[in-house]
Amino acid sequence: MAAVETTRPKAPLIYNPKARGIAYQLLLCALILFLAWSAIHNAAENLARAKIATGFGFWDNTAGFDISQSLIEYSTTSSYGRAFWVGLINTLLVAALGVVFATLLGFLLGIARLSRNWLVARMAGFYVETIRNIPLLLQLLFWYNAVLKALPGIRESFVIPGGGFLNNRGLFLPQPVFGPAARFALIALLLGVVAAIVYRSWARRRQMATGQQAPVLWVTLGLVIALPLAVLALSGWPVTFSYPESGRFNIRGGIEVLPEFMALLFGLSIYTAAFIAEVVRAGILAVAKGQTEAAYSLGLRPGLALRLVVIPQSMRVIVPPLTSQYLNLTKNSTLAVAIGYPDLVQIFAGTVLNQTGQAVEVIVITMAVYLTISLVTSGLMNLYNRRMALVER
Amino acid sequence: MSDIATTTDAKLMAGQAFVRARPIVPLPPPLTEAGAIGWVRKNLFSSTLNVALTVVCAALIVWLVPPLVKFLLIDAVWTGTSRVDCLPRPDYPEVGACWAFVIDRINFFTYGFYPIEERWRVNVFFVLLAAGVAWMAWLDAPRRDLGVIYFFVVMPVASLILLLGWPLIGLEKVPTTSWGGVLVTVVVSAVGIVFSLPIGIVLALGRRSRMPAVRLFSVIFIEFVRGVPLITVLFMASVMLPLFVPETWSPDKLLRALVGVSLFASAYMAEVVRAGLQAIPKGQYEAAMAVGLSYWKTMGLVVLPQALKITIPNIVNTTIGLFKDTTLVFIVGIFDFLMTIEASRVDPNWATPGISTTGYAFAAIFYLIFCYGMSRYARFVEARLAAGDRR
Repeated sequence: MAAVETTRPKAPLIYNPKARGIAYQLLLCALILFLAWSAIHNAAENLARAKIATGFGFWDNTAGFDISQSLIEYSTTSSYGRAFWVGLINTLLVAALGVVFATLLGFLLGIARLSRNWLVARMAGFYVETIRNIPLLLQLLFWYNAVLKALPGIRESFVIPGGGFLNNRGLFLPQPVFGPAARFALIALLLGVVAAIVYRSWARRRQMATGQQAPVLWVTLGLVIALPLAVLALSGWPVTFSYPESGRFNIRGGIEVLPEFMALLFGLSIYTAAFIAEVVRAGILAVAKGQTEAAYSLGLRPGLALRLVVIPQSMRVIVPPLTSQYLNLTKNSTLAVAIGYPDLVQIFAGTVLNQTGQAVEVIVITMAVYLTISLVTSGLMNLYNRRMALVER
Repeated sequence: MSDIATTTDAKLMAGQAFVRARPIVPLPPPLTEAGAIGWVRKNLFSSTLNVALTVVCAALIVWLVPPLVKFLLIDAVWTGTSRVDCLPRPDYPEVGACWAFVIDRINFFTYGFYPIEERWRVNVFFVLLAAGVAWMAWLDAPRRDLGVIYFFVVMPVASLILLLGWPLIGLEKVPTTSWGGVLVTVVVSAVGIVFSLPIGIVLALGRRSRMPAVRLFSVIFIEFVRGVPLITVLFMASVMLPLFVPETWSPDKLLRALVGVSLFASAYMAEVVRAGLQAIPKGQYEAAMAVGLSYWKTMGLVVLPQALKITIPNIVNTTIGLFKDTTLVFIVGIFDFLMTIEASRVDPNWATPGISTTGYAFAAIFYLIFCYGMSRYARFVEARLAAGDRR
């Protein structure tokens, strides 16, 4: 048997898909390199003409402007770098509180929308449809200009029971001042948290092994809340409150919550809650009906069936889109710039950019911060997903 | 046979056994289970918790709705020429929304500073756009292929000439700095959708391409843009873009914002289209390859028509997001609809305590109508597409 020699007719290189692919890719790389090169070239030329410095040397220069809210020490003599950290912390503060409130409200609304009570379901639906379809910026402007800035002035401020004030300058609350002996309570709190975690894992292992349940909730509450309070009482209650005092023109003492902060927090929480409600509703609907029926047939009441059977399973569906809503909330917190809350964009991409004129560096840093937050969060998300994913054969 | 029947009938006639000849009329269902009362019992007062919830909700409605209606309609001022008409008077102590302000300013809200004698051009643009949108949105419209060409090529070029002006054909030049209001909002959204959809399709194909370099660039672009807030993209477009091009170009302020919005929207559009592409079964690709279609013919004739069809609801949802996000251009100093409201709100001629709320209420109604309309449309398309699968 003679092997049959099959020689393919040699096709020109241009018809070879592999060669073509490489050519296309080279072309694309060349195009992008050219664009990048011309952008850098133009930027260098334009910056030189406008006599704007380049590089990150401005980071340590004196900022010379004031910031209305700062959780870390900051004054007009601090550096631009310091201002950056103030802005970042303010952004993270409003994002973290917004996430908490939006989650609470969103879960409530999502479950309410599926309620068998017609009125509750309709009202939750109305809320979601209305809030989702009005731009967030408009809502923020409404809360800030039409609600909080329209409150009465200092002399007619609303008095909140317990020693607080609410007026168009913000919300003023009593501030707890801890004496030196309060550190024992702090130590007790830390120990309580550690002990609670240990107890929970022990109770879980015991339940897995023997089926016996332990009063986890009560013990946790006792360790985390009652224990520090008891230590605080034993050490002679070293906590005093500094109450805000209303003067003629301003209010001294206490904690001051800026109206900008409140407006941003309200707006972000209320807006994002509408989206979270939809996520939660979709997640609960995704759990097979048989699961609920099985829970009922075992004799669980509707509340328990929801809590022990439906919600744990729906979390698998809810968590990924929920995380992207948290990211959206964080990104939307940049709208602070419209109402003057000193967040990262307002301080850094606003004031610092205007003062230094170093647009490229400032915008690159700002974008890098948000990009890092996004990438880190989605990285954690993937980790969680891998752990929670349904394990199939 | 007939014998037996006859005897049975005879027995019945004789009254030996009782057989009901007609069904009895059913009793009406108990009042507490059917009808209005039953519905209320079942849906509002089925348990103690539900009674409590119903009471709380009813209280909320009573607390919120009457004051709102009173403010927006009953106490509202409908006619007037200045702030005096919207201030409380002894004979009219409680003043609600000042709609006279909106009526007075409606042209400013619609056209911004567009020259008054040239405003017909804006109206023609609105009509052109509405025709394009209707052609695209009506799924059974004739010649939708022409519709695509109209929407993505003819209409944008015609609108550009119409709005910017072209002295050669007798249209006076109108600089973009005098555009404003709804016009700018609509232009930004329309440009966003017209550019983001094609770019998004290309990026989505790039992300699923077999060429590593193409895939890498697509992934970097999409993930980068989706990872940063729109404001930073707009800031980048408005302060960095002028640096990246030769000084002589000095792009127009509105153009910079349009570039930013289009790039931002295309990254989101790309992910939506990619989801559609992934939903197309592999057999479709293989069948197209088997009949010898090239890559572009496979995509253009087989895959994309199916993928885009199932993606319509998501494209509309992305468009809603884009439409709401256009408000952000106000932060980089473009005079969009929301900015005209902000500017009029502080106008001394109209500044009264209720004017901000009136302006925001008007803007909210505007956005609500458009966004809600679009989301209803998305749901309608979804239901229609699902009808094919339900059978």
